[in-house]
Amino acid sequence: MNINGAMTKKSIKAKTKSVIKSSEDTKIYYLLIAISFLPLIAVIISLVIGRYPISLPEFFNAISNKISGTSTMVNSIDTVLFNVRIPRIIAALLIGGALSVAGATYQGLFKNPMVSPDILGASAGAGFGAALGILLSFNTAGIQISAFLFGLGAVTITYLLSSAIGRGNSATLVLILTGMVVSTLFSSFISITKYVADPTDKLPAITFWLMGGLSSVGLKDLKTLLIPITLGIIPLFFLRWKLNILSFGEEEAKALGLDTSSLRIVIIFCSTLITAGTISVSGMIGWIGLIIPHMARMIVGPNFKVLLPTSLILGATFLLLVDDFARCAFAMEIPLGILTSLIGAPFFIFLLMKGRKGWV
Amino acid sequence: MGMRLDIKDVSCGYGSKNVVNNISLNVSSGEILCLLGPNGVGKTTFFKTILGFLKLQGGKIMIDEEDIRTWSRKQLARVIGYVPQAHAPPFPFTVFEVVLMGRTAHLSMFASPAKEDRDITEEVIEMLKISHLKDRIYTEISGGERQMVLIARALAQQPKILIMDEPTSNLDFGNQIRVLEQINKLSKRGLGVIMTSHFPNHAFLCSTKVLFMNKGSEFCVGNADEVVTEDMLKKAYGINVKIVSTVNSEGEKIKTCIPLIK
Repeated sequence: MNINGAMTKKSIKAKTKSVIKSSEDTKIYYLLIAISFLPLIAVIISLVIGRYPISLPEFFNAISNKISGTSTMVNSIDTVLFNVRIPRIIAALLIGGALSVAGATYQGLFKNPMVSPDILGASAGAGFGAALGILLSFNTAGIQISAFLFGLGAVTITYLLSSAIGRGNSATLVLILTGMVVSTLFSSFISITKYVADPTDKLPAITFWLMGGLSSVGLKDLKTLLIPITLGIIPLFFLRWKLNILSFGEEEAKALGLDTSSLRIVIIFCSTLITAGTISVSGMIGWIGLIIPHMARMIVGPNFKVLLPTSLILGATFLLLVDDFARCAFAMEIPLGILTSLIGAPFFIFLLMKGRKGWV
Repeated sequence: MGMRLDIKDVSCGYGSKNVVNNISLNVSSGEILCLLGPNGVGKTTFFKTILGFLKLQGGKIMIDEEDIRTWSRKQLARVIGYVPQAHAPPFPFTVFEVVLMGRTAHLSMFASPAKEDRDITEEVIEMLKISHLKDRIYTEISGGERQMVLIARALAQQPKILIMDEPTSNLDFGNQIRVLEQINKLSKRGLGVIMTSHFPNHAFLCSTKVLFMNKGSEFCVGNADEVVTEDMLKKAYGINVKIVSTVNSEGEKIKTCIPLIK
């Protein structure tokens, strides 16, 4: 899929060299429509493959039965499809898309293409929240809420600390540095929690949670995901033109008429909502928020107007496919977070080598 | 549609430290104010205060008798445009996109640029004769071209005043003069311009007013002939210069300043 994307991009570039701007815009929109089919294909693949293979006719049969309500018998296809596979597919799409949007947003806000959504401490905070929840024997919902609140809390601490430390031109840098400090702090808290956790059951549970994965995602988790993600993504989509301007830096954005300080709060809040919301359900899934925006930028360029939707679509597709691999490739399921890092790290190096001048 | 920027007893600086004290002057439509002075006297502090990047430490800044301190960023951006020194943003936007960003002050909170904004952007690009750069990547063009693009972006903002931070810095000799020519043209179209420079010659070539700032909050305002003198330059920069007159192609008298190297 990536290679296809890169090739399409190349041919598009060659064709538009001599054409006027508006037609290049049209091409980008066609490209965007083409990209929109990717998740559809990925979903169909994901529906049929798995430990319990379901053929397409079986799938359509199950769907039509479900809709018409003719089958009252509970069969295994229904159970696998509606209670396990479909929720998991939706969760992968949501998480992948949301983390990519949050990543792209942070890269614009911090004027730095090397930034990922956990830069302000959301991941470490949520990780600690979950670890603490497991240590205190909370139920699943309790662990999710704890992770979510600690994720928000960590970013709030980062934000308050950074505004107490510095203002003016270096505000962004101070924010990133404070974020690193808060992340490290919460990572230590996670270590302490693991250290005191019961090594026979709690410690493995914490470790497994931190690796990240969707194996236990069910229908009720979708609601937990959907609320923070929707609340976070909608404002970001409306503000996406302004992200372009913010990437030129504080002073220029002000001179161009933006109230940068309030805009920054709104954007950080939305991205944190997304990040903490996803992590609280899936655990730590790294790299998506860093590499997908890069990939999207290579295909449609840096303009957030198209970059944000493209990141959303590519991120959703990418995580779904990686999750398919995680659940089908080997006899035992591989934690998703490990896979995204395994794929993400070399892929990022590939992007750096292929990348054209100017985006690093 | 004349407009007048009044600066009354303005003091500015960072935090509790005032760098500039009690400056008063005004700039009207069609005027070019050139800020001269050695490094560290507060030229940048001064114009950043006008732009609202720094808090006003004292005095008043008025536009057409209205105190701008109560204005929103958006309101201010519709009147004052800012041309920073040419730089590289982290992402490879096209030149057209960069210029289009000038329209932001005219958009509502959640909107993206519409057809009308694109048309204005096209017009500005054509006016500055940089149409050939339109589809190029901003981070890949030369410093002189970037400066022109930034001017275009500020013009797309449709301001009444342009504040330019060393518009000729890092440019080769030809591009410096082309930028100055453009500034002169813009002022003839009725724009007020405030620019900083390190070259006294630029004040002779391209200014109707000069603010010469010196150490210890000393400053003087006047036209270039009055303000840019051999004595003043000696005092400000500690070097000896000779100011001579010559005649340009239209037969007008034009001054230039020549540093005397021992």
